[in-house]
Amino acid sequence: MSVKYLKETASQTAGPYVHIGLAPHQAGFDIFQNNFDNNLVSATTRGAQIIIEGRVYDGSGSLVRDALIEAWQANADGRYNHPGDRQKTGSVDPNFRGWGRACTDFETGIFRFYTVKPGCVAGREGKVMAPHINLWIVARGINIGLNTRMYFADEEKANESDPVLRGIELKQRRETLLAKPSQKDGKTIYTFDIVLQGENETVFMDV
Amino acid sequence: MNDLVSHAPPAFVKEGGNPYPELFRRDYAAQSPAFAPIYKTSVLRSPRNALLSIDHTLSETTGPMFGQNELGMLDNDLITNYAKGGEAIGPRIIVHGYILDENGRGLPNTLVEFWQANAGGRYRHKNDTYLAPIDPNFGGCGRTLTDENGYYYFRTIRPGAYPWRNYVNSWRPAHIHFSLFGNAFAQRLITQMYFEGDPLIKVCPIIKTIPDEEAIQRLIAPLDLNASVPDDTMAYRFDMVLRGRRSTLFENRLEGN
Repeated sequence: MSVKYLKETASQTAGPYVHIGLAPHQAGFDIFQNNFDNNLVSATTRGAQIIIEGRVYDGSGSLVRDALIEAWQANADGRYNHPGDRQKTGSVDPNFRGWGRACTDFETGIFRFYTVKPGCVAGREGKVMAPHINLWIVARGINIGLNTRMYFADEEKANESDPVLRGIELKQRRETLLAKPSQKDGKTIYTFDIVLQGENETVFMDV
Repeated sequence: MNDLVSHAPPAFVKEGGNPYPELFRRDYAAQSPAFAPIYKTSVLRSPRNALLSIDHTLSETTGPMFGQNELGMLDNDLITNYAKGGEAIGPRIIVHGYILDENGRGLPNTLVEFWQANAGGRYRHKNDTYLAPIDPNFGGCGRTLTDENGYYYFRTIRPGAYPWRNYVNSWRPAHIHFSLFGNAFAQRLITQMYFEGDPLIKVCPIIKTIPDEEAIQRLIAPLDLNASVPDDTMAYRFDMVLRGRRSTLFENRLEGN
């Protein structure tokens, strides 16, 4: 006899036409009045506005042009917009859900998020997690969504003590989670490429 | 699926410890491996390194929430939500069921999104070039929120099977794609629903990537005549399960929020 629980439903690939359901504009048509997209911010969102930009590569080094990526993050105070976040510091920003979805472009393979830089978040056992954005990647050929975290290369000190980054045994692999900052037209851009397989393969997580 | 089960007690955590009840660990033995050569596209899109197993933090145990005011009135009716003067062509069906967690609890107010081919097996997508015609009155996508018990339903037409390039003569069984959120980002899941009795299920490489026969059976929706509308619409029942959570605190907090 063993304890009975229900079993998690089996994942299946999002397929090549994931855009129809989750990003119909990219599929080429307009159906919903309100669309979920890659813009997480409004003019009143607190914090430093940033753009995240990247590409997704497969094991042959080719661009994956049909991926869908979702971002989930804390706000500039390090607070998640969710009742489970009971941190004592900072406050929830009602103008910031902290979630968005982006697709890689069918031509260029580029995805973008318009968001704010998150603050540090309380981790386990009193530790502090460096600013990071949780990413979830699905596409044709991906049987179960891939989870990873994007950290900020210019947060060296916080990154150094981040419990998840420190848990990556091979130090050089930690680099795969660091987004590199640059400035363009007065805007701060963080570049974060995702490598599904091969050299410089991104660290993906069993969360 | 509702005649259940057991309940996990709240996690025992020390002060300043884990800030929020954890989710059950995922049972990868019942999930498709990333690298599954019978599904050829997975070969170059599967990580070769082992996944890094991390203890849950707020980043995994929280997730986005959505409101009814973000959805349109017709978002859960694919027969009319893209109608341009007519109705979508094909067998009219209702798909309904519960979104549960592994404790057997319904997940309330969670976003469910779905998309599919039309009755001829053609998607409204700029990359789909299958010769079956586009249905001018059918978009092929919709979404809804579960009610307070985790129940959802929508109306659509039964999608057709279609060929795809895996082996020569590979055909996808008729299916509907589902995207689920639950209440934590680590519960995020995409899956596909199949139809009872479809002979293509047994030969589909994408389905065969699932290593567990029972898990496959749970993706097949049975006909549900009790929920059908006589002289109008047949119904199929499809329940889905997301990862469990250690505590019931969440539901209490949500109501008081």
